[in-house]
Amino acid sequence: MLRYVIKRLLSLMISLIVASAVIFLAIEVVPGDPAAYMLGLNAQEDTLAALREQLGLNGTIAQRYGDWISGMLVGDFGTSYTYRTPVVEMIRERMWISLPLAIYALALSTLIAFPAGIWAASKRGSVTDISVMGVTQLGVAIPNFWFAMLMVLVFAINLRWFSAGGFSGWDSGFFAAVKSLTLPAIALALPQASILARVMRSSLLDTLSEDFIRTARAKGLSKRQALRRHALRNALIPVLTIIGLQFSFLMAGAIIIENVFFLPGLGRLVFQSISARDLIVVESVVMLLVFAVIVVNFAVDIAYAFVDPRLRVQG
Amino acid sequence: MILKSLNIGLISAAALAASIGMVQAGQSDIVVGMQLEPPHLDPTSAAAGAIDSVVYSNVFEGLTRFGWDGSVNPGLAASWDISDDGLVYTFHLRSGVKFHDGTTMDGEDVKFSLDRARAEDSANAQKGLFAAIDSIEVVNPTTVKVTLSAPTGNFLFNMAWGDAVIVAPESIENIKTNPVGTGAFTFSNWVQGDQIVIIRNDDYWGTPARLESATFKFISDPTAAFAAVMAEDVDVFSGFPAPENLPQFDADPRFTVLVGSTEGETILSTNNKMPPFDNVLVREAVAHAIDRQAIIDGAMFGYGTPIGTHFAPHNPDYVDLTGNSQYDPDKARALLAEAGFADGFTTTLKLPPPSYARRGGEIIAAQLREVGINAEISNLEWAQWLEQVFRGKDFGLTIVSHTEPMDIGIYAKPDYYFQYDNAAFQTLMSDLNAETDPAMRSEILKKAQTIISEDYVNGYLFQLAALSVANSKVVGLWENAPTQATDLTAVYWAD
Repeated sequence: MLRYVIKRLLSLMISLIVASAVIFLAIEVVPGDPAAYMLGLNAQEDTLAALREQLGLNGTIAQRYGDWISGMLVGDFGTSYTYRTPVVEMIRERMWISLPLAIYALALSTLIAFPAGIWAASKRGSVTDISVMGVTQLGVAIPNFWFAMLMVLVFAINLRWFSAGGFSGWDSGFFAAVKSLTLPAIALALPQASILARVMRSSLLDTLSEDFIRTARAKGLSKRQALRRHALRNALIPVLTIIGLQFSFLMAGAIIIENVFFLPGLGRLVFQSISARDLIVVESVVMLLVFAVIVVNFAVDIAYAFVDPRLRVQG
Repeated sequence: MILKSLNIGLISAAALAASIGMVQAGQSDIVVGMQLEPPHLDPTSAAAGAIDSVVYSNVFEGLTRFGWDGSVNPGLAASWDISDDGLVYTFHLRSGVKFHDGTTMDGEDVKFSLDRARAEDSANAQKGLFAAIDSIEVVNPTTVKVTLSAPTGNFLFNMAWGDAVIVAPESIENIKTNPVGTGAFTFSNWVQGDQIVIIRNDDYWGTPARLESATFKFISDPTAAFAAVMAEDVDVFSGFPAPENLPQFDADPRFTVLVGSTEGETILSTNNKMPPFDNVLVREAVAHAIDRQAIIDGAMFGYGTPIGTHFAPHNPDYVDLTGNSQYDPDKARALLAEAGFADGFTTTLKLPPPSYARRGGEIIAAQLREVGINAEISNLEWAQWLEQVFRGKDFGLTIVSHTEPMDIGIYAKPDYYFQYDNAAFQTLMSDLNAETDPAMRSEILKKAQTIISEDYVNGYLFQLAALSVANSKVVGLWENAPTQATDLTAVYWAD
């Protein structure tokens, strides 16, 4: 088990180093001068030079990469060009929206997908199965931003149950905050839940046709008991993989949903920063997302080992 | 009968009491939606109009200030004297003005602000506004003498810009996140990416604001903006990004649609140094190939005023020169033939992100194709546009709205991105700067408009409209946008 964990950790480190170099280079070569963007059409040459100096844009790429990495190791992500506030603070603030939103959406998605997938698998070929498959097919096909707009139209404009967007802030109370994240979370969760339910179903069906299930049945277990005691746990590996991938997607992929609901989260921060050429923010947030993805995958790898003891031994 | 009138008396007394109650309980806060969030809150060190949209006149004030109609009015300077040679401006400041941190605003602050803006390491996006200042002398706490190196007819106008507001040395360090001004509202807090709150300054030197607080909420997506207004999450949306939705608001009694003018001349900018546009016949052909009304209807859903030169139609000195460039494709083809391009030519049309450019670009490309010009569209982000088009001058055509007020002077800069180099025009502009007599200035401005129109420097399309949606009960909003401002100092809720 220990060797398995160490091996995973090592691959995590290498991924992080490679990712940081790729991100930095890719973003630094994007055309566009942040100083020119900030000062607009009437800026004079000397003003631009003064601002570039203030922003520290005059060093070489290698120098700036070094500064960025060494800063990050001690938790200093630099200062945003446009907002002129430490990037760390900006990320921390936005995180309080993006992270709860991702967790909320993931929880919804899992809560919907598990029962739906298990139910469909246990009644293969029945009307239930066919309707679950039909609905999830639709869920995968509908773009989540369109579904989000539809929900705004119905629940915010017509019924007035929710506001059309925005975040009330955690100071306004837990329930008010959760309420303002509800529509976005549903919009994010719907396609994820559909995918997850389908994976859950097919994985369970595969497992149910394995020899060990036949043995269990022959031993005298009912279909239901066999499913619960033997099949479910074995079917979880592909499902966990998908959940891991989805969490990363929910963190990074909320860009559009955060714009539709004008939530001040990480996705919107990246979106704004790219057009404002606030490169340091883009780099840091993307790096953070990569970090999150890699760490989640690491956690998933470890989780495999728990559900599948064989991995611990072979690892 | 007596009973009846008594009854009516009672009812009206009750109504009166109710309405008084309403006044007391009346809404005193407002939520203003805006598409762009300011990067920071210092109007003196960035070009972003979103900064002025929040702080201009609300938080910061200058020596002079713009009125809703674009007029220049006294601000922190109650009055001024101008020497006969037009070189010395003596400003008489209001006394008893305090910054929001309690420090006194006096002549030293004025000197500090102007010196900071014109300093060598200044990051002021409009440093040119201060170029004429030679020296600043504080005569006494309420009198400041500004000496110019050359007469500048526009000086008082320049001092009304958001880039020329008065700031204090005591609070300058954190001005970007904690702006301290002299205005009727005090900055309260900023949730970045979401909203900015300002609250009434009870120690304001002038007429206090009627609102107790205002929240600016940033909603960039046009569909989300529509939903937010419809759900009444915002009370006012200033600079509404989706003109196609306005008729729907107009038909709804809950809302008022405000259509005003801006200082944004939207033009088909033409690279005057790049062949074949260095030939005036080609530029004239382009001008006649364009159907302005089709662009206004197609790109702006009918909102916008056609222009024939680079000047705002609401300005009293405006000359209507649209007749110089009537839509006439046959004439355009004839002119192209005369210039030696009977078979047309291919050029680039580089479009920045705003919808006027992206939608307008498609229409213009189709209109140009009619006369044989093949304009290859490429869509750029702002940062790319600034680098390639504005600084690199690597373009044939582009569409952009010049939103700075009174900016006809850009035609006197030969290295400005559209590279118009006309000595006669440059002389005219220096004459304008030296002229302080209003009648003469007006003459010069009219002449200048005619020159650039007859030289077909750029394709003049339309004046961008200021489009806002507000709750019908909100009173006192600016309909026009002489500068990018959301002046809330006189705004209140009707009962």
